[in-house]
Amino acid sequence: MPIAYFATVIGLLALGTGSLFLGAQDLSLPQVWQDPGALQLIAISRLPRTLAALLTGASMAVAGVIMQLLVRNRFVEPGTTGTNEAAMIGLLAVTLLAPGLPLFVQMLVAAAAALLGTLGFLQLTRRLPPQQPLLVPLVGLIYAGVLYSVATFIAYQTDLIQYIGIWMSGEFSGILAGRYELLWLAGILSILVYFTADQFTLAGLGRGLAVSLGLRYGQVLSLGVATVSMVSALVIVTVGTLPFVGLVVPNVVSRMMGDNLRQSLPVVAGLGGGLVLACDMLGRVIRHPYEIPAGTIFGVLGAIVFLTLLLGRRSHV
Amino acid sequence: MIEISNLSYSIAGQQILDGINTHLQRNQITALIGPNGAGKSTLLGAIGRQVDINTGQIKIDGEDLQNITPQDQARLMAIVAQHLHVGSRIRVVDLLGFGRWPHAKGRLGPQDHFIIQSALAQFDLTDLENRFLDELSGGQRQRAFLAMAHAQDADWLLLDEPLNNLDLKHGRSLMAHLRQMVSEKSKSVVVVLHDLNFTLAWADQIVAMRDGQVVFAGPTTTVATSEALSDLYQTPIELLNLNGHFFAQYHR
Repeated sequence: MPIAYFATVIGLLALGTGSLFLGAQDLSLPQVWQDPGALQLIAISRLPRTLAALLTGASMAVAGVIMQLLVRNRFVEPGTTGTNEAAMIGLLAVTLLAPGLPLFVQMLVAAAAALLGTLGFLQLTRRLPPQQPLLVPLVGLIYAGVLYSVATFIAYQTDLIQYIGIWMSGEFSGILAGRYELLWLAGILSILVYFTADQFTLAGLGRGLAVSLGLRYGQVLSLGVATVSMVSALVIVTVGTLPFVGLVVPNVVSRMMGDNLRQSLPVVAGLGGGLVLACDMLGRVIRHPYEIPAGTIFGVLGAIVFLTLLLGRRSHV
Repeated sequence: MIEISNLSYSIAGQQILDGINTHLQRNQITALIGPNGAGKSTLLGAIGRQVDINTGQIKIDGEDLQNITPQDQARLMAIVAQHLHVGSRIRVVDLLGFGRWPHAKGRLGPQDHFIIQSALAQFDLTDLENRFLDELSGGQRQRAFLAMAHAQDADWLLLDEPLNNLDLKHGRSLMAHLRQMVSEKSKSVVVVLHDLNFTLAWADQIVAMRDGQVVFAGPTTTVATSEALSDLYQTPIELLNLNGHFFAQYHR
């Protein structure tokens, strides 16, 4: 266990440092001492960008693992349960009906919509036979697809279609100091989850067992759904959502160290943050000095990892 | 004592429990027996609050179950369900740690660790403590959940077909262990059993059910007769006395 923590910390430090010195504008360590402009570049752009990637990845991975425990299914994440799509509908509504609202209020509306969307998904899954685990993500994908079509339709009718594109592809090139701070809230929520980690692990053992051990299951479920919705909304309004983060990261960590969140959550958060940051850095390098969105890169790499996990699973069992 | 009065439960138009009136005594091993679909598991689930009853009342030591908080109930009764489908990858030792949840709320002290270790030893799991649940055989997993219920250290232990998946040795040692808990620690055990011979060998009390109703109930030595059992299961059952122990012969 300590090895996993150690590796996570070292990896994050290395990536974080690397990220500060990587980008369209060349920057090297000696410059930081000599050139005040360099320091400004770090303070205004590179550091916020690095932090934004870390916070996004960490909180999305945490949201994914909560979703998986609450639904008791390994193949769900906020992107496949209608949470993100519902948040987008909420954002569209707020953009159309009350465009002048501050970003924080917009985020709250999106979170409320995401909450409704997630509850709708939970209602749907309740009717599915438990012995068919793959039905859950399939139904989730269809449900999310329906919500996405609604969002697209509204956006198309109102000339807001480019907004959907922005919300759907997580991207950090526009991140500057003053434009990502909401993400700290997502980070704080993830830390709060850590304090209730045992409750979520218990809920993941199933309602019957959790209740018989005295867990207030309804409370934990509400707390989890609220957290997932908030995190999704926060990520969408600041950087846009990234596919697969909430799916791949918890699965990889579960394979390595199991599902006892008290032990695994720091690694889930660390790996999520690290991978998203790595994808963002990769995006800065591949077509230097142009950039590829981190969401695109994660989409490609995440799909490969996820397929490997799926296929590897068969030979394992 | 657990008193059950006028308990009914139906789901999707199907009457599962139909006006159950019975009581379960403290400090006894009570076996719930009866044919498939009799409602045994549902009754056990209703007592353990796994299913929400439609009508009727369950009182435990005179207190209505509805008025007991989940935390108090978890200290009062431990339940091991029949289908132990767990999707998450949890280590055996962590599972037992969650058995201490009603007492420790996740902060395990030396006392809790002692109880966990003794439960592991009791159920022959010490070598498996760091295995994940999904790496265990059916019987091993069953034992892990039984050990967790043991670690929960509740007054009442409700077990739904605990002998499923257990081999001879572990089945017998489980029953002996239950007996020991009853006689030495003043626990009370309610257990759904399908094996009549285990019932005859270990149960103090029997509650026999069919079609959601109690057919007969009482001390094993008085109510478990060849006629009553044959009628209950609609199968000829002969009771043989071998050195003072009764055995059911129904195999052919």
